[in-house]
Amino acid sequence: MRGQRPRITAQEIEIQNQYMADNTEFLPSGKPKISTMEMRGIVKRFPGVLANDHVDFDVHSGEMHALLGENGAGKSTLMRVLYGLYQAEEGEILIDGHPVQIESPHDAIEAGIGMIHQHFMLVPTLTVAENVALGLPSSRGALTDLDRVSARVLELADLYGLQVDPDAYVWQLAVGQQQRVEIIKALYRGAALLILDEPTAVLTPQEVSELFVTLRQMMVDGHALIFISHKLQEVMDICSRVTVLRDGRVVGQQPIDQVTKGALARMMVGRELQAQPEKEEIEQDETRLSLRDVWADNDLGTPGLQGVSLDLRAGEILGVAGVSGNGQRELAQAINGLRTITKGTVKAGGKDITGASPAVIIQQGVSYVPEERMEDGMIKEFTVAENLILREVNKQPFSRGGFLNFRAISRQSDELIKEFNVKTPSKDTPVKNLSGGNIQKLLLARELSRKPEVIIAAQPTRGLDIGATEYVHQVLIDQRAEGTAILLISEDLDEILALSDRIIVIYEGEIMGEVSAEKADPEQLGLLMAGVRSQAGE
Amino acid sequence: MITELFTTTVLVGILASGFRLATPYLYASLGETFGQKSGVLNLGVEGIMLLGAFAAFYTTFITENLWLGLLAAIIVGGIMGLAVAVINVTLKAEQGISGIGVFLFGLGMSELLFQKALGTVETVSGFSSINIPFLSDIPIIGEIFFQHNFLVYIAYLMVPVSWFVLSKTTLGLKIRAVGENPEAADTLGVSVSGVRYFTQIFGGVMSGIAGASLSIALLNVFQQNLTSGLGFIAVALVYFGGWRPLGVLVGSLIFSMVNALQLWVQVLDIPIPSDIAVMMPYVLTILALVIAVQRVRPPSALTKPYERGG
Repeated sequence: MRGQRPRITAQEIEIQNQYMADNTEFLPSGKPKISTMEMRGIVKRFPGVLANDHVDFDVHSGEMHALLGENGAGKSTLMRVLYGLYQAEEGEILIDGHPVQIESPHDAIEAGIGMIHQHFMLVPTLTVAENVALGLPSSRGALTDLDRVSARVLELADLYGLQVDPDAYVWQLAVGQQQRVEIIKALYRGAALLILDEPTAVLTPQEVSELFVTLRQMMVDGHALIFISHKLQEVMDICSRVTVLRDGRVVGQQPIDQVTKGALARMMVGRELQAQPEKEEIEQDETRLSLRDVWADNDLGTPGLQGVSLDLRAGEILGVAGVSGNGQRELAQAINGLRTITKGTVKAGGKDITGASPAVIIQQGVSYVPEERMEDGMIKEFTVAENLILREVNKQPFSRGGFLNFRAISRQSDELIKEFNVKTPSKDTPVKNLSGGNIQKLLLARELSRKPEVIIAAQPTRGLDIGATEYVHQVLIDQRAEGTAILLISEDLDEILALSDRIIVIYEGEIMGEVSAEKADPEQLGLLMAGVRSQAGE
Repeated sequence: MITELFTTTVLVGILASGFRLATPYLYASLGETFGQKSGVLNLGVEGIMLLGAFAAFYTTFITENLWLGLLAAIIVGGIMGLAVAVINVTLKAEQGISGIGVFLFGLGMSELLFQKALGTVETVSGFSSINIPFLSDIPIIGEIFFQHNFLVYIAYLMVPVSWFVLSKTTLGLKIRAVGENPEAADTLGVSVSGVRYFTQIFGGVMSGIAGASLSIALLNVFQQNLTSGLGFIAVALVYFGGWRPLGVLVGSLIFSMVNALQLWVQVLDIPIPSDIAVMMPYVLTILALVIAVQRVRPPSALTKPYERGG
């Protein structure tokens, strides 16, 4: 299918006609439209990887073109080429039919291309206006003209329905507001084509619908939009065309009304997806872990947890939902003895483990799957075998009297590599050479081989591809069936909804409320995630 | 004898010399503030000061022209700043270590040049005092603030200038952005290394002038290790001042006042062991840093080389 030209549908012709009829080449921001942008035969190599293999991609004014694919499929690379952050080895980029050279973000901005990065490119210690003005020539020469910038920001905010206060510091803003600043920043620079790199990943469901209203308006106004995602439903909801990348190649490019979610998923993964694993009914009585009014500071020294209480029972998965940075990290670290608890108690298996060292907590049968699996979960320079016995290195048979027993270590790692289906060249390979999915399998292998009573799983599938995610989900469900108590901390609401028996929502270090999984709906959870306690305010 | 300290003459003397002695701190710390604001720590300020001090002194000694001496310090400081930029920005060295290297280079090189070119401690007649008309005639105030040489006045002028550049100009905005989130600045077309090269060269020039202020304006001599740790205190003052020019001014004044006090304690032969008196500014450095560092947050990207990542 490589090199296939996009088919033009009736719908698209209609859209284009509408714009011909509008008889204007300008956007509401006053900048000229980009009527077509084409990337032809883009090739980009990294050491050992062909990230983009002759990729063709295009987008028109007035449409939103989805770029779909798993992590590592080459979506971000392609867009970084378009935005001038990477240089392609082969291929060309055409804007309105003319070839252009984009060698830096500066060139991209000049050409009318803007990018909303997944991790916002904002300076938190500067104001909104300062962030917008950064890097632009000022109307007052060497002096800043922030008053004029502010006025223009308010103008754009009005035109596009993106309410922001130009004088607010970025660190004061919620994530959704920061994203608006990012969009305004691009519009201010005259972006006619906007690349949105997984823009919904960090938003609550309500913020997502607000964003979609803005994006639809921008489409109607004649902006060309590229929407990078791996969330099929969102792509189906808002995009007009979709291109699927897999292993750096285009595996499909179609109008959205001619594809189904199932078909897209197959294209993305290259095989049929497993059905959502079934959960059996389990006896859930014995409380394995309980927190009472737990307080802990975050890295800034302000309270990151503010009186968290929860009970986790054997055989259940308790989901902790919330927008990133609301105390999830502090919660996992406080339970595992990695963060000082300033107030309150934590009990595991009836024993008070408040302020206990990680060694004692591990003894109580608590296993931890940390959010930063490479930084906190593994020693990346160590081999697979060494990492697998790290937690029990002081125990027989892995060591005796301070000496390592290499035969036992090697036997253990052979077994676990097989049982957890870890793909590694050998057990002596340094962990840093493994893929994200295999590292997570390794981590699970180590944590589960000790038959834990409690598992604290923090963002266990973040950054994993669909296959590895399915695997992790299955492992957690199997553990639940064996009666393990599981605290699942995740920012992926779909994951929480799919796996949990009960769901609690954390916001600014407080538990906002609890819902049972059967009764949970994303709308209600979204409000809790945004810190709205009751729905009375509607 | 302690009571001698509290006569008007002595107090005015202490304040006037404290005001004057803040000069090298101000130049070096303000320059370093720009560098750190952009995310680069230059620990080698002391070494650059020594080279600047020597260049200024030797040029003045040979040509008997103070302006040429000052120019020599500026050029040498700029070249050293450029070298620091190459090491820390382009070669992405570990900044805590490379700064020690720059210091040791400056220390050794200035000593070698001193031995080869002068061999013995000489003196020059440095910048002479300029009495500001009318203001210098005010009793007490005039003596403390308005009877100093050219380089002293410029040092104080640099405080509002630095504040203005950092907070009111596009350049200042770029410097602050690059020090907090270089990636964001990069995506907006700001050259991260360009900005950092600028701040390092500027910092080098300022350190060079700081050295010159010692050798051709305040002490008017050059000897081995003339600066004796002053450059390191200047780096510490940037932390103390919370990366703000006004904070740097306050810090510089505190240290130079304590320094002036300890000089006068020695002059008046007050029975405090001179070693202890000399230690005072340094003890104060440590105490001030312990207190100050808990107060403010350094630029997020400080000491982190920037690499365009994937």
